[in-house]
Amino acid sequence: MTESSSSGNPALSQVSFTVNGEWKTVRVYPMERLLDTLRHQLALTGTKEGCGEGECGSCSVLLNGALVNSCLVPVLQAKGADIVTIEGLAAGPQLDRVQEAFLKCGGAQCGICTPGMILAAHHLLQRKPDPTIEEIREGLSGNLCRCTGYIQIFEAVAEAARHRAAT
Amino acid sequence: MRSNPADYQLVAPSSLQAVVSLLAAEPGAWLPIAGGTDVMVQYAAGKLPPQRMVSIWNLPELRRIEVSPDEIRIGAGCTYTDLREHESVQREFSLLAHAAAWIGGIANQNRGTLGGNIVNASPAADSLPALLAYEAELVLVSVRGERRVPYKDFHTGYKKTKLAPDELIRTVRLARRFSGHVAYARKVGARNAQAISKVCIAALGRRTGGGVEDIRIALGSVAPVPLRLAETERLVTGKPIDPFLLALARKTAIAEIQPIDDIRSTSRYRATVVGNLIAEFLEKLRTDEYHP
Repeated sequence: MTESSSSGNPALSQVSFTVNGEWKTVRVYPMERLLDTLRHQLALTGTKEGCGEGECGSCSVLLNGALVNSCLVPVLQAKGADIVTIEGLAAGPQLDRVQEAFLKCGGAQCGICTPGMILAAHHLLQRKPDPTIEEIREGLSGNLCRCTGYIQIFEAVAEAARHRAAT
Repeated sequence: MRSNPADYQLVAPSSLQAVVSLLAAEPGAWLPIAGGTDVMVQYAAGKLPPQRMVSIWNLPELRRIEVSPDEIRIGAGCTYTDLREHESVQREFSLLAHAAAWIGGIANQNRGTLGGNIVNASPAADSLPALLAYEAELVLVSVRGERRVPYKDFHTGYKKTKLAPDELIRTVRLARRFSGHVAYARKVGARNAQAISKVCIAALGRRTGGGVEDIRIALGSVAPVPLRLAETERLVTGKPIDPFLLALARKTAIAEIQPIDDIRSTSRYRATVVGNLIAEFLEKLRTDEYHP
Protein backbone atom coordinates (compact mmCIF):
# COMPACT_ATOMS: atom_id res chain seq x y z
CA MET A 1 0.00 0.00 0.00
CA THR A 2 1.14 3.50 -0.75
CA GLU A 3 1.23 6.28 1.81
CA SER A 4 0.45 9.67 0.30
CA SER A 5 2.94 12.43 0.91
CA SER A 6 1.73 15.91 1.77
CA SER A 7 2.25 17.06 -1.83
CA GLY A 8 -0.33 14.55 -3.07
CA ASN A 9 2.37 12.61 -4.89
CA PRO A 10 2.79 9.01 -3.89
CA ALA A 11 5.52 8.16 -1.46
CA LEU A 12 7.99 5.44 -2.23
CA SER A 13 6.60 2.11 -1.06
CA GLN A 14 8.26 -1.05 0.13
CA VAL A 15 7.36 -4.01 -2.04
CA SER A 16 8.64 -7.52 -1.40
CA PHE A 17 8.62 -10.55 -3.67
CA THR A 18 10.63 -13.61 -4.55
CA VAL A 19 12.93 -13.33 -7.55
CA ASN A 20 14.65 -16.47 -8.78
CA GLY A 21 14.16 -18.06 -5.38
CA GLU A 22 15.41 -15.12 -3.30
CA TRP A 23 13.16 -12.90 -1.17
CA LYS A 24 13.78 -9.26 -2.13
CA THR A 25 12.46 -5.96 -0.81
CA VAL A 26 12.62 -2.85 -2.98
CA ARG A 27 11.66 0.80 -2.39
CA VAL A 28 9.71 1.86 -5.44
CA TYR A 29 6.95 4.05 -6.77
CA PRO A 30 4.06 1.57 -6.99
CA MET A 31 3.40 2.37 -10.67
CA GLU A 32 6.99 1.66 -11.66
CA ARG A 33 7.09 -1.04 -14.31
CA LEU A 34 8.27 -4.41 -12.99
CA LEU A 35 10.68 -4.39 -15.96
CA ASP A 36 12.44 -1.28 -14.59
CA THR A 37 12.59 -2.61 -11.04
CA LEU A 38 14.19 -5.84 -12.26
CA ARG A 39 16.73 -4.11 -14.47
CA HIS A 40 17.63 -1.01 -12.46
CA GLN A 41 17.21 -1.96 -8.81
CA LEU A 42 17.95 -5.67 -8.97
CA ALA A 43 20.46 -5.51 -11.86
CA LEU A 44 18.68 -8.39 -13.62
CA THR A 45 19.39 -7.04 -17.09
CA GLY A 46 18.66 -10.33 -18.85
CA THR A 47 15.07 -9.09 -19.07
CA LYS A 48 15.08 -6.82 -22.14
CA GLU A 49 12.95 -3.90 -23.16
CA GLY A 50 11.78 -4.04 -26.77
CA CYS A 51 8.59 -2.21 -27.59
CA GLY A 52 7.51 -1.21 -24.08
CA GLU A 53 3.87 -1.80 -24.96
CA GLY A 54 3.26 -5.52 -24.63
CA GLU A 55 3.66 -6.35 -28.32
CA CYS A 56 7.11 -7.96 -28.59
CA GLY A 57 7.63 -10.22 -25.56
CA SER A 58 11.28 -9.21 -24.95
CA CYS A 59 10.49 -8.36 -21.32
CA SER A 60 8.72 -11.68 -20.61
CA VAL A 61 9.08 -13.06 -17.09
CA LEU A 62 7.17 -15.68 -15.13
CA LEU A 63 4.89 -14.20 -12.45
CA ASN A 64 3.52 -16.92 -10.17
CA GLY A 65 4.25 -19.33 -13.00
CA ALA A 66 2.39 -17.33 -15.67
CA LEU A 67 4.20 -15.76 -18.61
CA VAL A 68 3.70 -11.97 -18.52
CA ASN A 69 5.14 -8.89 -20.19
CA SER A 70 6.95 -7.15 -17.32
CA CYS A 71 6.61 -3.78 -19.10
CA LEU A 72 2.85 -3.96 -18.46
CA VAL A 73 3.03 -4.94 -14.77
CA PRO A 74 3.03 -2.15 -12.16
CA VAL A 75 5.50 -3.35 -9.55
CA LEU A 76 2.92 -3.12 -6.76
CA GLN A 77 0.96 -5.92 -8.49
CA ALA A 78 4.00 -8.18 -8.02
CA LYS A 79 3.83 -7.81 -4.22
CA GLY A 80 4.31 -11.23 -2.63
CA ALA A 81 4.67 -12.88 -6.03
CA ASP A 82 7.12 -15.54 -7.17
CA ILE A 83 9.05 -14.12 -10.13
CA VAL A 84 11.38 -16.04 -12.43
CA THR A 85 13.60 -14.17 -14.91
CA ILE A 86 16.01 -15.61 -17.46
CA GLU A 87 18.74 -15.46 -14.78
CA GLY A 88 16.72 -17.94 -12.70
CA LEU A 89 16.50 -20.75 -15.26
CA ALA A 90 20.05 -22.08 -15.18
CA ALA A 91 21.28 -23.87 -12.06
CA GLY A 92 24.74 -22.30 -11.76
CA PRO A 93 26.81 -23.33 -14.77
CA GLN A 94 24.24 -25.99 -15.73
CA LEU A 95 21.97 -24.47 -18.37
CA ASP A 96 18.26 -25.25 -18.53
CA ARG A 97 17.32 -27.73 -21.29
CA VAL A 98 15.61 -24.98 -23.29
CA GLN A 99 18.75 -22.85 -23.14
CA GLU A 100 20.85 -25.84 -24.25
CA ALA A 101 18.49 -26.46 -27.14
CA PHE A 102 18.65 -22.81 -28.29
CA LEU A 103 22.47 -23.09 -28.31
CA LYS A 104 22.42 -26.37 -30.20
CA CYS A 105 19.88 -25.26 -32.82
CA GLY A 106 21.13 -21.71 -33.37
CA GLY A 107 17.98 -20.22 -31.88
CA ALA A 108 19.65 -16.92 -30.97
CA GLN A 109 21.28 -14.22 -33.07
CA CYS A 110 21.32 -10.66 -31.71
CA GLY A 111 19.96 -11.92 -28.40
CA ILE A 112 17.40 -9.26 -27.55
CA CYS A 113 14.37 -11.54 -27.96
CA THR A 114 16.16 -14.62 -26.64
CA PRO A 115 15.45 -14.37 -22.88
CA GLY A 116 11.74 -13.83 -23.60
CA MET A 117 11.67 -16.60 -26.20
CA ILE A 118 13.29 -19.04 -23.77
CA LEU A 119 10.87 -18.14 -20.96
CA ALA A 120 7.88 -18.43 -23.34
CA ALA A 121 9.20 -21.84 -24.47
CA HIS A 122 9.76 -22.93 -20.87
CA HIS A 123 6.18 -21.84 -20.00
CA LEU A 124 4.81 -23.76 -22.99
CA LEU A 125 6.74 -26.96 -22.19
CA GLN A 126 5.53 -26.91 -18.60
CA ARG A 127 1.95 -27.01 -19.87
CA LYS A 128 2.49 -29.08 -23.01
CA PRO A 129 5.55 -31.33 -22.64
CA ASP A 130 5.17 -32.69 -26.19
CA PRO A 131 3.87 -29.76 -28.25
CA THR A 132 2.91 -29.90 -31.91
CA ILE A 133 4.50 -27.37 -34.25
CA GLU A 134 1.22 -25.40 -34.17
CA GLU A 135 1.34 -25.34 -30.38
CA ILE A 136 4.96 -24.15 -30.47
CA ARG A 137 4.08 -21.37 -32.90
CA GLU A 138 1.12 -20.30 -30.77
CA GLY A 139 3.07 -20.50 -27.51
CA LEU A 140 5.72 -18.16 -28.93
CA SER A 141 3.35 -15.97 -30.97
CA GLY A 142 3.66 -13.04 -28.54
CA ASN A 143 7.46 -13.00 -28.88
CA LEU A 144 8.90 -11.27 -31.91
CA CYS A 145 12.32 -11.99 -33.44
CA ARG A 146 13.76 -9.88 -36.26
CA CYS A 147 16.88 -12.01 -36.86
CA THR A 148 16.32 -15.73 -37.03
CA GLY A 149 13.20 -16.10 -39.13
CA TYR A 150 11.87 -18.25 -36.24
CA ILE A 151 12.66 -21.65 -37.78
CA GLN A 152 15.69 -22.35 -35.57
CA ILE A 153 13.73 -21.15 -32.56
CA PHE A 154 10.85 -23.55 -33.25
CA GLU A 155 13.42 -26.33 -33.79
CA ALA A 156 15.03 -25.48 -30.46
CA VAL A 157 11.71 -25.81 -28.63
CA ALA A 158 11.00 -29.16 -30.32
CA GLU A 159 14.56 -30.28 -29.45
CA ALA A 160 14.04 -29.30 -25.79
CA ALA A 161 10.83 -31.35 -25.72
CA ARG A 162 12.60 -34.37 -27.27
CA HIS A 163 15.52 -34.01 -24.87
CA ARG A 164 13.16 -34.12 -21.92
CA ALA A 165 11.31 -37.12 -23.31
CA ALA A 166 14.64 -38.95 -23.66
CA THR A 167 15.85 -38.26 -20.12
CA MET B 1 7.43 10.47 -23.93
CA ARG B 2 7.23 7.93 -21.11
CA SER B 3 5.24 8.68 -17.97
CA ASN B 4 6.99 9.21 -14.65
CA PRO B 5 5.88 6.70 -12.00
CA ALA B 6 6.36 9.38 -9.32
CA ASP B 7 3.33 11.19 -10.77
CA TYR B 8 0.94 8.30 -10.13
CA GLN B 9 -0.55 6.83 -7.02
CA LEU B 10 -1.48 3.14 -7.01
CA VAL B 11 -3.17 1.26 -4.19
CA ALA B 12 -4.14 -2.39 -4.03
CA PRO B 13 -6.98 -3.09 -1.56
CA SER B 14 -7.39 -6.76 -0.77
CA SER B 15 -11.18 -7.01 -1.19
CA LEU B 16 -13.85 -5.95 -3.67
CA GLN B 17 -15.70 -4.20 -0.83
CA ALA B 18 -12.65 -2.03 -0.09
CA VAL B 19 -12.33 -1.12 -3.79
CA VAL B 20 -15.97 -0.06 -4.23
CA SER B 21 -15.79 1.94 -0.97
CA LEU B 22 -12.80 3.80 -2.35
CA LEU B 23 -14.63 4.47 -5.64
CA ALA B 24 -17.73 5.68 -3.75
CA ALA B 25 -15.79 8.08 -1.54
CA GLU B 26 -14.62 10.10 -4.57
CA PRO B 27 -16.46 8.96 -7.72
CA GLY B 28 -14.29 9.35 -10.80
CA ALA B 29 -11.10 10.08 -8.84
CA TRP B 30 -9.69 6.56 -9.06
CA LEU B 31 -8.90 4.63 -12.23
CA PRO B 32 -9.22 0.86 -11.79
CA ILE B 33 -6.42 -1.23 -13.30
CA ALA B 34 -6.62 -5.01 -13.67
CA GLY B 35 -4.04 -6.80 -15.87
CA GLY B 36 -2.79 -3.53 -17.33
CA THR B 37 -2.83 -4.64 -20.98
CA ASP B 38 -4.63 -1.44 -21.98
CA VAL B 39 -3.89 0.99 -19.13
CA MET B 40 -0.14 0.30 -19.03
CA VAL B 41 0.11 0.79 -22.79
CA GLN B 42 -1.44 4.25 -22.42
CA TYR B 43 0.89 4.89 -19.48
CA ALA B 44 3.97 3.82 -21.45
CA ALA B 45 3.00 6.12 -24.31
CA GLY B 46 2.62 9.11 -21.97
CA LYS B 47 -1.10 9.25 -22.77
CA LEU B 48 -2.39 8.54 -19.27
CA PRO B 49 -2.75 11.77 -17.28
CA PRO B 50 -1.16 11.61 -13.80
CA GLN B 51 -3.78 10.20 -11.46
CA ARG B 52 -4.75 7.91 -8.65
CA MET B 53 -5.17 4.28 -9.57
CA VAL B 54 -6.62 1.31 -7.78
CA SER B 55 -5.54 -2.24 -8.60
CA ILE B 56 -8.31 -4.80 -9.03
CA TRP B 57 -5.92 -7.47 -10.33
CA ASN B 58 -6.49 -10.91 -8.86
CA LEU B 59 -9.29 -9.90 -6.47
CA PRO B 60 -10.71 -13.30 -5.47
CA GLU B 61 -14.33 -12.09 -5.80
CA LEU B 62 -13.71 -11.21 -9.47
CA ARG B 63 -11.63 -14.20 -10.47
CA ARG B 64 -13.99 -17.15 -10.45
CA ILE B 65 -16.21 -18.96 -12.91
CA GLU B 66 -19.39 -20.52 -11.50
CA VAL B 67 -21.53 -22.97 -13.43
CA SER B 68 -25.12 -23.55 -12.36
CA PRO B 69 -27.81 -25.57 -14.19
CA ASP B 70 -29.11 -22.49 -16.05
CA GLU B 71 -26.14 -20.20 -16.46
CA ILE B 72 -22.45 -19.63 -16.21
CA ARG B 73 -21.20 -16.66 -14.21
CA ILE B 74 -17.78 -15.36 -15.19
CA GLY B 75 -16.02 -12.99 -12.80
CA ALA B 76 -14.97 -9.81 -14.60
CA GLY B 77 -11.39 -10.30 -13.40
CA CYS B 78 -11.00 -13.65 -15.17
CA THR B 79 -8.21 -13.60 -17.72
CA TYR B 80 -8.44 -14.79 -21.31
CA THR B 81 -6.35 -17.79 -20.21
CA ASP B 82 -8.93 -18.55 -17.49
CA LEU B 83 -11.63 -18.48 -20.19
CA ARG B 84 -9.89 -20.56 -22.83
CA GLU B 85 -8.88 -23.21 -20.29
CA HIS B 86 -12.32 -23.54 -18.66
CA GLU B 87 -14.05 -26.73 -19.69
CA SER B 88 -17.63 -25.36 -19.75
CA VAL B 89 -16.58 -22.23 -21.63
CA GLN B 90 -14.80 -24.38 -24.23
CA ARG B 91 -17.74 -26.75 -24.63
CA GLU B 92 -20.76 -24.45 -24.45
CA PHE B 93 -19.42 -20.97 -25.20
CA SER B 94 -16.83 -21.71 -27.85
CA LEU B 95 -17.20 -18.24 -29.42
CA LEU B 96 -15.78 -16.78 -26.22
CA ALA B 97 -13.07 -19.44 -25.89
CA HIS B 98 -12.00 -18.81 -29.51
CA ALA B 99 -11.87 -15.03 -29.04
CA ALA B 100 -9.86 -15.48 -25.81
CA ALA B 101 -7.38 -17.64 -27.73
CA TRP B 102 -6.71 -15.08 -30.49
CA ILE B 103 -6.45 -11.98 -28.29
CA GLY B 104 -2.82 -10.85 -27.99
CA GLY B 105 -0.29 -13.60 -27.28
CA ILE B 106 0.02 -15.93 -24.30
CA ALA B 107 1.51 -13.25 -22.00
CA ASN B 108 -1.33 -10.82 -22.69
CA GLN B 109 -3.89 -13.62 -22.31
CA ASN B 110 -2.43 -14.29 -18.86
CA ARG B 111 -3.09 -10.68 -17.80
CA GLY B 112 -5.90 -9.22 -19.90
CA THR B 113 -9.36 -9.65 -18.36
CA LEU B 114 -12.87 -10.01 -19.73
CA GLY B 115 -14.06 -7.07 -17.60
CA GLY B 116 -11.21 -4.95 -18.94
CA ASN B 117 -12.15 -5.75 -22.52
CA ILE B 118 -15.74 -4.65 -21.80
CA VAL B 119 -14.89 -1.44 -19.92
CA ASN B 120 -12.15 -0.39 -22.35
CA ALA B 121 -15.02 -0.36 -24.85
CA SER B 122 -12.99 -0.57 -28.04
CA PRO B 123 -15.08 -1.22 -31.17
CA ALA B 124 -12.34 -3.73 -32.08
CA ALA B 125 -12.54 -5.67 -28.79
CA ASP B 126 -12.42 -9.33 -29.72
CA SER B 127 -14.51 -10.82 -26.90
CA LEU B 128 -17.49 -8.49 -27.30
CA PRO B 129 -19.17 -9.93 -30.41
CA ALA B 130 -19.37 -13.23 -28.51
CA LEU B 131 -21.12 -11.48 -25.60
CA LEU B 132 -23.63 -9.99 -28.05
CA ALA B 133 -24.30 -13.36 -29.69
CA TYR B 134 -24.86 -15.06 -26.32
CA GLU B 135 -26.99 -12.13 -25.06
CA ALA B 136 -24.77 -11.74 -22.02
CA GLU B 137 -25.93 -9.85 -18.97
CA LEU B 138 -23.54 -7.76 -16.88
CA VAL B 139 -23.74 -7.45 -13.11
CA LEU B 140 -22.41 -4.07 -12.00
CA VAL B 141 -21.44 -3.49 -8.37
CA SER B 142 -21.00 -0.42 -6.19
CA VAL B 143 -21.62 0.43 -2.51
CA ARG B 144 -25.20 1.14 -3.61
CA GLY B 145 -25.62 -2.53 -4.43
CA GLU B 146 -25.77 -4.52 -7.66
CA ARG B 147 -27.62 -3.86 -10.88
CA ARG B 148 -27.98 -5.88 -14.03
CA VAL B 149 -27.55 -4.48 -17.53
CA PRO B 150 -27.88 -6.51 -20.73
CA TYR B 151 -24.52 -6.25 -22.51
CA LYS B 152 -26.27 -5.07 -25.70
CA ASP B 153 -27.31 -1.87 -23.88
CA PHE B 154 -23.97 -1.29 -22.13
CA HIS B 155 -21.98 0.32 -24.94
CA THR B 156 -23.71 3.57 -25.76
CA GLY B 157 -21.19 4.97 -28.26
CA TYR B 158 -17.54 4.99 -29.27
CA LYS B 159 -15.65 4.15 -26.04
CA LYS B 160 -18.76 5.11 -24.03
CA THR B 161 -20.49 2.84 -21.50
CA LYS B 162 -23.22 2.86 -18.89
CA LEU B 163 -20.74 2.23 -16.07
CA ALA B 164 -21.15 4.84 -13.31
CA PRO B 165 -17.94 6.37 -11.86
CA ASP B 166 -18.40 4.43 -8.61
CA GLU B 167 -19.12 1.08 -10.29
CA LEU B 168 -17.18 -1.97 -11.41
CA ILE B 169 -18.30 -4.87 -13.55
CA ARG B 170 -18.55 -7.80 -11.21
CA THR B 171 -19.88 -10.69 -13.28
CA VAL B 172 -20.77 -11.64 -16.84
CA ARG B 173 -23.77 -13.98 -16.95
CA LEU B 174 -24.37 -16.30 -19.90
CA ALA B 175 -27.50 -18.46 -20.20
CA ARG B 176 -26.71 -22.12 -20.94
CA ARG B 177 -28.95 -22.57 -23.95
CA PHE B 178 -26.61 -22.55 -26.94
CA SER B 179 -24.95 -25.95 -26.86
CA GLY B 180 -27.15 -27.09 -29.79
CA HIS B 181 -26.25 -24.11 -31.97
CA VAL B 182 -23.69 -24.06 -34.74
CA ALA B 183 -20.99 -21.60 -33.62
CA TYR B 184 -18.78 -19.65 -35.99
CA ALA B 185 -15.97 -17.35 -34.84
CA ARG B 186 -13.30 -15.78 -36.96
CA LYS B 187 -10.80 -12.95 -36.72
CA VAL B 188 -9.44 -11.28 -39.82
CA GLY B 189 -6.23 -9.39 -39.03
CA ALA B 190 -2.65 -8.94 -40.19
CA ARG B 191 -1.74 -12.02 -38.13
CA ASN B 192 -3.63 -14.06 -35.59
CA ALA B 193 -1.61 -13.14 -32.49
CA GLN B 194 -1.04 -9.59 -31.22
CA ALA B 195 -2.51 -7.79 -34.27
CA ILE B 196 -5.79 -5.98 -33.62
CA SER B 197 -8.66 -7.26 -35.75
CA LYS B 198 -9.63 -5.63 -39.04
CA VAL B 199 -12.95 -7.45 -38.63
CA CYS B 200 -14.06 -10.13 -36.20
CA ILE B 201 -17.28 -12.14 -36.11
CA ALA B 202 -19.13 -14.29 -33.60
CA ALA B 203 -22.23 -16.03 -34.91
CA LEU B 204 -24.67 -18.69 -33.74
CA GLY B 205 -27.49 -20.41 -35.54
CA ARG B 206 -29.64 -23.49 -35.81
CA ARG B 207 -31.05 -25.19 -38.83
CA THR B 208 -34.38 -26.96 -38.88
CA GLY B 209 -35.04 -29.04 -41.96
CA GLY B 210 -33.51 -26.73 -44.53
CA GLY B 211 -34.31 -23.40 -42.84
CA VAL B 212 -32.43 -21.02 -40.58
CA GLU B 213 -33.62 -20.64 -37.01
CA ASP B 214 -32.48 -18.52 -34.04
CA ILE B 215 -29.58 -16.89 -35.83
CA ARG B 216 -27.28 -14.37 -34.14
CA ILE B 217 -24.56 -12.50 -35.99
CA ALA B 218 -22.27 -10.07 -34.15
CA LEU B 219 -19.29 -8.17 -35.53
CA GLY B 220 -16.37 -6.14 -34.20
CA SER B 221 -14.44 -3.31 -35.89
CA VAL B 222 -17.25 -2.35 -38.28
CA ALA B 223 -19.07 0.37 -36.28
CA PRO B 224 -18.45 2.65 -33.24
CA VAL B 225 -19.62 -0.20 -31.00
CA PRO B 226 -19.68 -3.98 -31.43
CA LEU B 227 -22.68 -4.61 -33.63
CA ARG B 228 -25.40 -7.24 -33.92
CA LEU B 229 -26.88 -7.51 -37.44
CA ALA B 230 -30.57 -7.43 -36.54
CA GLU B 231 -31.82 -6.82 -40.07
CA THR B 232 -29.71 -9.57 -41.63
CA GLU B 233 -30.83 -11.97 -38.91
CA ARG B 234 -34.49 -11.11 -39.54
CA LEU B 235 -34.18 -11.54 -43.29
CA VAL B 236 -32.57 -14.97 -43.21
CA THR B 237 -34.70 -16.45 -40.41
CA GLY B 238 -37.03 -19.18 -41.58
CA LYS B 239 -35.48 -19.39 -45.05
CA PRO B 240 -33.60 -22.26 -46.67
CA ILE B 241 -29.88 -21.63 -47.19
CA ASP B 242 -29.33 -21.33 -50.93
CA PRO B 243 -27.29 -19.08 -53.25
CA PHE B 244 -30.13 -16.54 -53.31
CA LEU B 245 -30.12 -16.27 -49.51
CA LEU B 246 -26.33 -15.94 -49.40
CA ALA B 247 -26.47 -13.00 -51.82
CA LEU B 248 -29.28 -11.35 -49.88
CA ALA B 249 -27.49 -11.83 -46.54
CA ARG B 250 -24.25 -10.39 -47.94
CA LYS B 251 -26.00 -7.31 -49.27
CA THR B 252 -28.05 -6.71 -46.12
CA ALA B 253 -25.06 -7.16 -43.81
CA ILE B 254 -22.96 -4.67 -45.76
CA ALA B 255 -25.81 -2.15 -45.57
CA GLU B 256 -26.03 -2.59 -41.78
CA ILE B 257 -22.42 -1.86 -40.90
CA GLN B 258 -20.58 1.49 -40.75
CA PRO B 259 -16.95 0.56 -41.36
CA ILE B 260 -14.24 3.22 -41.52
CA ASP B 261 -10.80 3.67 -43.07
CA ASP B 262 -8.12 3.56 -40.38
CA ILE B 263 -4.56 2.44 -39.72
CA ARG B 264 -5.55 -1.24 -39.88
CA SER B 265 -7.80 -1.43 -42.91
CA THR B 266 -10.21 0.35 -45.24
CA SER B 267 -13.96 0.67 -45.21
CA ARG B 268 -14.19 -1.13 -48.55
CA TYR B 269 -12.03 -4.05 -47.46
CA ARG B 270 -13.98 -4.44 -44.24
CA ALA B 271 -17.32 -4.43 -46.08
CA THR B 272 -16.11 -7.09 -48.53
CA VAL B 273 -14.77 -9.24 -45.71
CA VAL B 274 -18.02 -8.95 -43.76
CA GLY B 275 -19.95 -10.22 -46.80
CA ASN B 276 -17.54 -13.15 -47.13
CA LEU B 277 -17.74 -14.01 -43.42
CA ILE B 278 -21.55 -14.00 -43.47
CA ALA B 279 -21.52 -16.29 -46.51
CA GLU B 280 -18.97 -18.61 -44.88
CA PHE B 281 -21.06 -18.80 -41.69
CA LEU B 282 -24.28 -19.60 -43.57
CA GLU B 283 -22.45 -22.22 -45.60
CA LYS B 284 -21.17 -23.78 -42.37
CA LEU B 285 -24.72 -23.71 -40.98
CA ARG B 286 -26.01 -25.41 -44.13
CA THR B 287 -23.45 -28.21 -44.14
CA ASP B 288 -23.16 -28.80 -40.40
CA GLU B 289 -24.63 -31.98 -39.11
CA TYR B 290 -28.24 -31.39 -38.15
CA HIS B 291 -28.74 -31.22 -34.36
CA PRO B 292 -32.46 -31.34 -33.56
